[in-house]
Amino acid sequence: MKPFTYERVATPAQAAAAVLRRPGAKFIAGGTNLLDLMKLQIEVPPHLVDVGRTGLDKIDPTPDGGLRIGALVTNTDLAADRRIRRDYGVLSRALVAGASGQLRNKATTAGNLLQRTRCPYFYDTNQPCNKRQPGTGCAGIGGVSRQLGVIGTSDACIATHPSDMAVAMRVLDAVVETIDAQGRTRAIPIAEFHRLPDNTPHIETSLTADELITGVKLPAPIGGTQMYRKVRDRASYAFALVSVAAIIQKDGTGRVAVGGIAPRPWRIEAAETELPLGAKAVTDRLLADAHPASDNAFKITLVERTLAAVVSKAKAA
Amino acid sequence: MKFDRPAGHNPIDQLRVVGKPTDRIEGRLKTTGTAPYAYERHDVVPDQAYGFVVGSPVPKGHIERIDIRGAKASPGVIAVVTTLDMPRLEKGPMNAAYLFGGAEIQHYHQAIAIVVANSFEQARAAASLIRVNITGQSGQFDLSTQVADAPLAHGKIPPLDRVGDFDSAFATAPVTFDQTYTTPDQSHAMMEPHATIAAWEGGKVTLWTSNQMIAWARRDVATALKIPPENVRVDSPYIGGGFGGKLFLRADAVLAALGARAAGRPVKVALTHPFLMNNTTHRAATIQRIRIGATRDGKITAIAHESTSGNLAGGGPEAAVSQTRLLYAGANRLTSMRLAHLDLPEGSSMRAPGEAAGMMALEIAMDEAAEQLGMDPVQFRILNDTQVDPEKPDRQFSRRQLVKCLQLGATHFGWNRRNSRPAAVREGDWLIGMGVAAGFRNNLVTKSGARVRLGDGGLVTVETDMTDIGTGSYTIIAQTAAEMLGVELGQVKVSLGDSDSPVSAGSGGQWGANNATAGVYAACVKLRRTVARKLGLDPDMAIFAGGHVQAGGRHFGLADATRDGELVCEDAIEYGDLDKKYQQSTFAGHFVEVAVDAFTGEIRVRRMLAVCSAGRILNPKSARSQVIGAMTMGVGAALMEELAVDRSRGYFVNHDLAGYEVPVHADIPHQDVIFLDEVDPISSPMKAKGVGELGLCGVSAAVANAVYNATGVRVRSYPITLDKYLDHLPQVL
Repeated sequence: MKPFTYERVATPAQAAAAVLRRPGAKFIAGGTNLLDLMKLQIEVPPHLVDVGRTGLDKIDPTPDGGLRIGALVTNTDLAADRRIRRDYGVLSRALVAGASGQLRNKATTAGNLLQRTRCPYFYDTNQPCNKRQPGTGCAGIGGVSRQLGVIGTSDACIATHPSDMAVAMRVLDAVVETIDAQGRTRAIPIAEFHRLPDNTPHIETSLTADELITGVKLPAPIGGTQMYRKVRDRASYAFALVSVAAIIQKDGTGRVAVGGIAPRPWRIEAAETELPLGAKAVTDRLLADAHPASDNAFKITLVERTLAAVVSKAKAA
Repeated sequence: MKFDRPAGHNPIDQLRVVGKPTDRIEGRLKTTGTAPYAYERHDVVPDQAYGFVVGSPVPKGHIERIDIRGAKASPGVIAVVTTLDMPRLEKGPMNAAYLFGGAEIQHYHQAIAIVVANSFEQARAAASLIRVNITGQSGQFDLSTQVADAPLAHGKIPPLDRVGDFDSAFATAPVTFDQTYTTPDQSHAMMEPHATIAAWEGGKVTLWTSNQMIAWARRDVATALKIPPENVRVDSPYIGGGFGGKLFLRADAVLAALGARAAGRPVKVALTHPFLMNNTTHRAATIQRIRIGATRDGKITAIAHESTSGNLAGGGPEAAVSQTRLLYAGANRLTSMRLAHLDLPEGSSMRAPGEAAGMMALEIAMDEAAEQLGMDPVQFRILNDTQVDPEKPDRQFSRRQLVKCLQLGATHFGWNRRNSRPAAVREGDWLIGMGVAAGFRNNLVTKSGARVRLGDGGLVTVETDMTDIGTGSYTIIAQTAAEMLGVELGQVKVSLGDSDSPVSAGSGGQWGANNATAGVYAACVKLRRTVARKLGLDPDMAIFAGGHVQAGGRHFGLADATRDGELVCEDAIEYGDLDKKYQQSTFAGHFVEVAVDAFTGEIRVRRMLAVCSAGRILNPKSARSQVIGAMTMGVGAALMEELAVDRSRGYFVNHDLAGYEVPVHADIPHQDVIFLDEVDPISSPMKAKGVGELGLCGVSAAVANAVYNATGVRVRSYPITLDKYLDHLPQVL
């Protein structure tokens, strides 16, 4: 960890302004990811702006029948919220599939969206990594790649986004709301929030440097059977090999997003039209452009089989 | 005390304290966070500074220069010591890689410097400012490409054993089986990393550390620092797990000592988890070929087990064929160990070195051979049981109840409900299967000493350098002394892990419990005689019970013997050749039921049972804890544990506890342990043997066999992760 300075702010606008004042400064909320990365000097912000007391910790109804989730609502509180459990079951299930009880108590909604990859090469500062140190190369390509991405990756980076929550947000068509130092607000559809790596894998979202997430808006509930199926090497406390978030309607139509395979939650709306034809048809379209690395081609089969499990469960429900 | 004849009746046989399920006497300290572990011993010496170890960023090369200017100038830094500042440190006989090896880099994260500062954060920040120029060298990191040319290993265990004529017996056997299995590199991954506080006083150094083998540590510290062993004190009363990773001296201890010398004040050092994987040692990967020839009715006539592993120069092989020399009958036998040179970190002992990895392969092979023969795998094992060392048939096992373990286990587990046809049992989305494996691990005897004090009020204090690595040593030692001296458990204090105490067996190779308590037994025998003489009683007739001593109608309180002051007796158990005359081993039957998700291939262990034949069980409660912990480790080895090798960059990539997965609570279901009621008088006066490693050996194969039974897919490469069989699962789409 490099020495850094710290300040606490009272409002979202103050937070954005404070970060703009100090180049390289970062927001900190729960710190469950950032602090680990700072200890390993993967992140070396000179200044931290603590947004923990900006009051963004409420879940409120929106005029169109949805919910606005404050950026600081913890993963535990969000998963347990009665409205979330009733109307957005996929989100609650995704949250409890992630991390551990202790981490979920600290981790926030915005922080979860912004957590960084768990690629082992990103985590070892002796190794090249374009995401950690642009231009140094990618050790994951040709390296130990079992956990890494199969689609949406690039020649510069094959890391995945590790969030479970974000996969559910994607299938729910959530919208990320922000504010910047000038007080301007933005609403970013979740589909446009995480960027693909291309030649700039260190740029992971569409946020500007001084832009603070204030909340995430969920559209009005769409019903259906809502499932989150996470497959991993042990029963708990591990990142997904593959996860499937799905909302299946009684008529067999629905939505599907996949985690663990790409630099962002992977959803192609056109593929969902194949749902009545079964998991294979959906997977074939969803992963038509897949480029597996040496160790992870199995993820394509696993997506298909996990989706089949989900569809089968939905039929039984 | 010399132990060279089988034990007769002795005071331990009263089983008033020994053999009773007993809570750990130090349990309260541990559950209240007050047991002093090495890194938290703030009170032992004032003014402790913090050391942070710098590791090599490459796996092999020559250091040209280390620039410490930035680190030296960093806030709070007191001293920086690099491996170029001194000749490379000499190493002890059990270490292969150098702990501070001069300019030559032998493996990734090998220690090359230590930064000492006023705070941990300052030391760590400064460490990142050290700049190293290294001329890298290419190395060998891939065992699979080295197998063909690997020579026979050298070392204490003979690399090649032949009995009869395997080749012709195998060639003419009516039924033959030939398969190859692989086991991966595994990490001890214990909770407490290696940690040491070092303080110098003149030419003497004290190390408060976390180490399983105090006398070895003392010897090797003296070698490394070039000081006499009597100038080294090692203190390690509590150890947060070892699993063999703390058998031998590691970089934390020597670098804390060097850092403290340079800083002129005490220094504490803990290795980080990445260092646990790449700086210290691991269980080495193996490639094992097993051939079995049998008659049509299932009698083994030929058995061969050939294993190849890799290591650094000076390192040994993973002795994966050890059990195959002893476990099953068969007149024609071939076992061999080959050793390839690899430039990965050092392969060394991890819980049940040899047998753990060997049984992972052998016990799948037995399952496969049984199926080929159309036999039940339990019956196949029973049919090929032996009561003598199959390589030296005039040598009997001291006590061997493998058959009973398997039979009792089969009954208890409901083995008769197993469908021998694979992939035939389904419950909803789950494919259900059962698996069995034998468990086998040798019982090792070695000299062990102790000192016993009888003080005011009849308080008994036992002092030995024996360690408790979470196993329950404190409690069984107290039980032994209480039994021998006729006092309650609460009357006994136990001091462990201090090199000022008599040298014990230490903790490793599941030898700790039997040998260390036998050493305490020896010292207590001496104390009993001393007490009797002091009280004017016939030492041969004196009975110690209820805090009293009596003989010939005369009766005293035990404390009466201390009226002229404390009585102190020291002795050691020393073994004759009973372990040469008899083969001493421990046995188990491991039974596992798994469910495999028919869609995703996820494996969930549902039930586990171990039936153990391991001599007298000194404390059934802590012994059970040892066995269920070992079974858990066996599930990890079967299903998830693997140090992933980057074959071009030459290191273990998943070097933290997020990347190196071990089972969590959700992975471990109902576990049952049955100990056979037995004693082994050949083993020691305690008539006990070890269980801590027995509980692991065979478990992974039982899991693997259950997965096969559930799915019909045979995976011969551990860990059994779903990517290896997903394509072969029943079609569900």
